[in-house]
Amino acid sequence: MELFRNRAGGRRARRIATFAAVTATVALIATGCAAGDSGSDGGSGADGSQTITFIPKQLNNPYTDVVLGGGEEGADAAGFASSEVVGPLDASASSQVSFINAETQAGTNVIVIAANDPDAVCSALEEARSGGAKIVAFDSDTNPDCRDVFISQVVAKDVALIQTKLIAEQIGGSGQIAILSATANATNQNEWIKYMEEDLAANYPDIELVAKVYGDDDDTKSFQEAQGLMQAYPDLKGIISPTTVGIAATARYLSTSEYKGKVALTGLGLPNEMRPFVKDGTVTEFALWDPAQLGYVAAFAGKALADGDITGAEGDTFEAGDLGEREVGADGIVIVGPPTVFDADNIDDYDF
Amino acid sequence: MSETNTKESTATSVLSADTTKTLRDEPRGRTGWSRILLGRDAIMIYALIATIVVAMISVPRFASPVTTGFLLLDVIPVLLIAMPMTLIIITGEIDLSVASIAGLTSASIGVLWQAGFDIGLVLVLGVVIGLVAGAFNGFLVAVIGLPSLAVTIGTLALFRGLALVVIGDNAVANFPPELTGFFTSKLGATGIPTVMIGVVIIVLAFGVVLHFTPFGRGLYALGYSPEAARFVGIHVARSKFWLYVASGGVSALAGIFWTLRYSSARSDNASGLELAVIAAVLLGGVSIFGGKGSIPGVVAGVLLIGTINYALRLGRVSDVVLIIVTGTLLIASVITPSIADAIRRRRHDQRLRRSLPQA
Repeated sequence: MELFRNRAGGRRARRIATFAAVTATVALIATGCAAGDSGSDGGSGADGSQTITFIPKQLNNPYTDVVLGGGEEGADAAGFASSEVVGPLDASASSQVSFINAETQAGTNVIVIAANDPDAVCSALEEARSGGAKIVAFDSDTNPDCRDVFISQVVAKDVALIQTKLIAEQIGGSGQIAILSATANATNQNEWIKYMEEDLAANYPDIELVAKVYGDDDDTKSFQEAQGLMQAYPDLKGIISPTTVGIAATARYLSTSEYKGKVALTGLGLPNEMRPFVKDGTVTEFALWDPAQLGYVAAFAGKALADGDITGAEGDTFEAGDLGEREVGADGIVIVGPPTVFDADNIDDYDF
Repeated sequence: MSETNTKESTATSVLSADTTKTLRDEPRGRTGWSRILLGRDAIMIYALIATIVVAMISVPRFASPVTTGFLLLDVIPVLLIAMPMTLIIITGEIDLSVASIAGLTSASIGVLWQAGFDIGLVLVLGVVIGLVAGAFNGFLVAVIGLPSLAVTIGTLALFRGLALVVIGDNAVANFPPELTGFFTSKLGATGIPTVMIGVVIIVLAFGVVLHFTPFGRGLYALGYSPEAARFVGIHVARSKFWLYVASGGVSALAGIFWTLRYSSARSDNASGLELAVIAAVLLGGVSIFGGKGSIPGVVAGVLLIGTINYALRLGRVSDVVLIIVTGTLLIASVITPSIADAIRRRRHDQRLRRSLPQA
């Protein structure tokens, strides 16, 4: 019996040491990470100390980075005490909910969100609103019941029409085309595609839309989908990719393949990403609005809502800094501006 | 003395040594309270408590009932699926298709509800779909005897593909508000979600089955050695089959919870969840080689990862840091016992050498 006690003592000591080590590791990680940010959370409520948080569809997306850059600039200019960017690494439907919850708890005054799923974020946003937060949707709308205003790049129909116009010009008005989109559920892409299909049917009877594929806004997957399209449809004359990730990946594939210059590619792209492909002749023209303005206007709309200057009702107007006045339209939608077409002549004038 | 002589004399003295003497420092297992208070499970629980305390002190606003509600809602799908996963990994198998089963269930109940079926019937059918999917896994693994890793990688893709076939690129969101409201409702002012009652019942059920029934004890034997388990009369195939069925059923429940909590039935719901579940189970002390692990440890593991994620998110730490932290924790949790084992073995060898009679 005595022997047993001796042994147990030694083992217990080791166990305790192990436990202490594990606890210390966990504690260090937790405090280390939390301490870095403890200074940045502003108080809530009072004027001059309002906080704004941007929740993009996903982090580390080049397009989103430009939008958020404009957003932070706008937040500064509009007079927010602090602005934050949080968000998931994958553009999945429900991953944004935890971030909204954390913001609700942090007492953030304005939440600016690009929804991955218009409904999945709804109940979390409702909870945030009941806690006093104002909700601005941008880039991709939520269910209209769950937000105060939606900042839309451009009129959805215009975005669609400019892309069908560009592809029609580039393929000479007839032939097979395909669409390489983002995720199968993406709110904005699906809306544009709907308008594109209508426009093609009504105005371009000789153009046949043979496939819609989804690159999930993932570079590799988009690249492979582009590759697959060329194999599946040897007669394909053009591809529309209404997403910046998709068009860049497709352009990369085309520029290294035998289809370079033969298969037309257009859609929505970032000038900085598309510059080499425009210069080497893979792409002749593509379109986009200035994404930074989207974030900029969203920040000012958030400020106007938080100050009580607007409620998001149709006809409300607010000043959006350097961009001048913007008006809230039907369903609480605010339009930023018309899309720009980029080609070899003007692409060097833009840096985003 | 020459070298051969030394060896010979050692051999003789070992043979002639007093064999009635027991090896002094041969370690034995702990018993009684020390076993409970210093075991691997207890360490996980202490680590969990320590993390919560640290988070309460260092993360502003963490210490509130709101945290309890949001945190638990976040971990419920992982916690649910971790239960059957623990049992499956203890038997030395794995089920990678759980998240896809949840996705398939989500897509199916969305379509059935839209087709106008009664919501009660829709939910029952959802669970049935999960059970059938699980039984399919179980059949391939237990009856045909295929390796579970290969089978469930296959069904991971298969069930997710079926979900896409069922619902396509649509999303169904118009579930009855009373029902979706119930799934996010809290028990009074405690902040604990109402659905936790059901979750706790499921956790207790799996805990009792694993730790207090002959079936559950048999799973450990099965994980150590399937042959030996068969010889002592454990129904190896039958046990595995029912574990996969249970896994399918619980994954379906997680899928239903997911759908109604987010009021959105889609084909990509819960994608990638299987890895979160397996990470939490391994962190909770279950050996990937089978034969080791417990329900309390796994519950603590799930809550530990959930708490760290929630606290860091509340502290607005980027998700990039967050996955690095989770990964590091997992590696640490797997390495620490191995290092402890290696040290213990070394000490044991030293003691053994010391206590051998010297020439």
